[in-house]
Amino acid sequence: MLRYALTRLVSLGLTLIAASLAIFLVIEVIPGDPAAFMLGINAEPEAVAALRAELGLDAGLIERYLAWAGGLLQGDFGTSYTYRVPVAELILERVWISLPLALYALALSTLIAFPVGIIAAMGRGSLADLGIMGVTQLGIAVPNFWFAMLLVLFFAVGLGWFSAGGFPGWEAGFYEAMKALTLPAIALAVPQASILARVMRSALLDTLDEDYVRTARAKGLSRGQVLWRHALRNALIPVLTIIGLQFSFLLAGAIIIENVFFLPGLGRLLFQGITQRDLIVVESTVMLLVFAVVVVTFLVDLAYALVDPRLRR
Amino acid sequence: MSVGRALRRSWSFGIGLALTLIFVAAALVSLVWTPHDVETLTIANRLKDPGGAFWFGTDHFGRDIFSMIMVGAQPSIAVASVAVGIGMGLGVPLGLWAAANRGSMLDDAIMRTNDLIFAFPALLIAILITAVFGPGAVNAIIAIGIFNVPVFARVSRGAALSLWQREFVMAARVSGKGAVRISAEHILPNITNLLIVQGTIQFSLGILAEAALSYVGLGVQPPDPSWGRMLSEAQTMISFAPHMAIFPGLAIVLTVLGLNLMGDGLRDALDPRIARARS
Repeated sequence: MLRYALTRLVSLGLTLIAASLAIFLVIEVIPGDPAAFMLGINAEPEAVAALRAELGLDAGLIERYLAWAGGLLQGDFGTSYTYRVPVAELILERVWISLPLALYALALSTLIAFPVGIIAAMGRGSLADLGIMGVTQLGIAVPNFWFAMLLVLFFAVGLGWFSAGGFPGWEAGFYEAMKALTLPAIALAVPQASILARVMRSALLDTLDEDYVRTARAKGLSRGQVLWRHALRNALIPVLTIIGLQFSFLLAGAIIIENVFFLPGLGRLLFQGITQRDLIVVESTVMLLVFAVVVVTFLVDLAYALVDPRLRR
Repeated sequence: MSVGRALRRSWSFGIGLALTLIFVAAALVSLVWTPHDVETLTIANRLKDPGGAFWFGTDHFGRDIFSMIMVGAQPSIAVASVAVGIGMGLGVPLGLWAAANRGSMLDDAIMRTNDLIFAFPALLIAILITAVFGPGAVNAIIAIGIFNVPVFARVSRGAALSLWQREFVMAARVSGKGAVRISAEHILPNITNLLIVQGTIQFSLGILAEAALSYVGLGVQPPDPSWGRMLSEAQTMISFAPHMAIFPGLAIVLTVLGLNLMGDGLRDALDPRIARARS
């Protein structure tokens, strides 16, 4: 197990290095001078020269990459050109909205998908199964930002149960903060729950066809007992993969959903960075999101090995 | 049962094909005709409710929503189909190449690069690319297309690997054919079904991605209508003009639903084993 974990850890490190190189190079290939790009076409040459010096653009390509990557390792994400504060500070303020939102949505998606998938698989071919398959087919096709707008229309504008957007901050209390994140989390969770429920259903159907399930039934175990003791545990492996993958979708989806609800999270920061041409903010935020995704993939791989010893080899 | 007969009997394929054709037809017709002109702004007609001369109502500039949805189908379909083309055009040869050289450095390099691209959430790549090269339909196509490459590479490599073990490929090797010829003449025709199914899935994901990019202002630029942009414009007016948000959103849902149903139907028809297991 330790050896497996170590190999995965090395590959995690390599992926992160490659990802940071890729992001750095994409930002580097901007036609022309990044300083001129950030300041716009009407910039004074002196201002461009000053910014070049500030960004350390006069150094060589490799030197600059090492400075940036080395800084990241020490938690130094550079200084935002527009806000004039360390990028790490900006990210730290906002990560406490985006991360809880993604996790909230992941929890909702799992809570919806498990029972729904199990009901569909147990009643294969029944009216409930057909209904679930139809609704989840629709759920997959719905763009989450549009679903978010519908939620605002019904629950905020229509019923007035929630506010249409904004975030009171965690200092307003856990309940208030979670309430502000509830509609965004539902909007993110529903399309993902649709996918997960379908995976759960088909994984369960696959395991219910296995010989050991038939044996267990022949031994006199009830359908429910077989489901809980045998089928569910084995069906968890594909389901776990999808849950891991979904985290990256949810994190990226949060970027879009934050726009619908005017949540001051990483997504807003990223888009502000883009419109204000604040490349340091863009570069570092993207790297952080990729880091989160890679780490989650690593954790899922480890969880895999725990569930299925065959994978440790 | 033949594939053709299986498809004719598949209700999901039928509904999916019908929905897809409706939107393709809408995009094509809009090239020559729309009920109202989408470029002229008639403030007198602004924010009309659905009904009468304006089936789906009008927006805050007095433009007909129905006509805009017709025109908006163009960039959606164009972006998604070119992105699938890029993904197939680059991904399939890479996957076949990797499979033909299984276990080599080349195979490893191709698969590790794929993993790297998968580490980036697709939308994030698109945002990064459009941030650097500027927003617009072409950059949206490149961004979505890049994410399609590893998907097709992986699918074709996986399918090709098992084919390389089969007798007919062995026979071809014994007869002296090279890896490139075997891939082109024997492997590719046998994985076409799989690629078509994956193609419809990536097409529908492409439509969703294009809508998301346009929604955040990184896709199709004004004044060209696109479904995503229509939704972002509708957002601030949702409390008094919900029709502006509802109809473009439905257009996206129905198109994606159509493609997904079509993909399901195709997969079942092309792989009878799955169809039997599922029914």
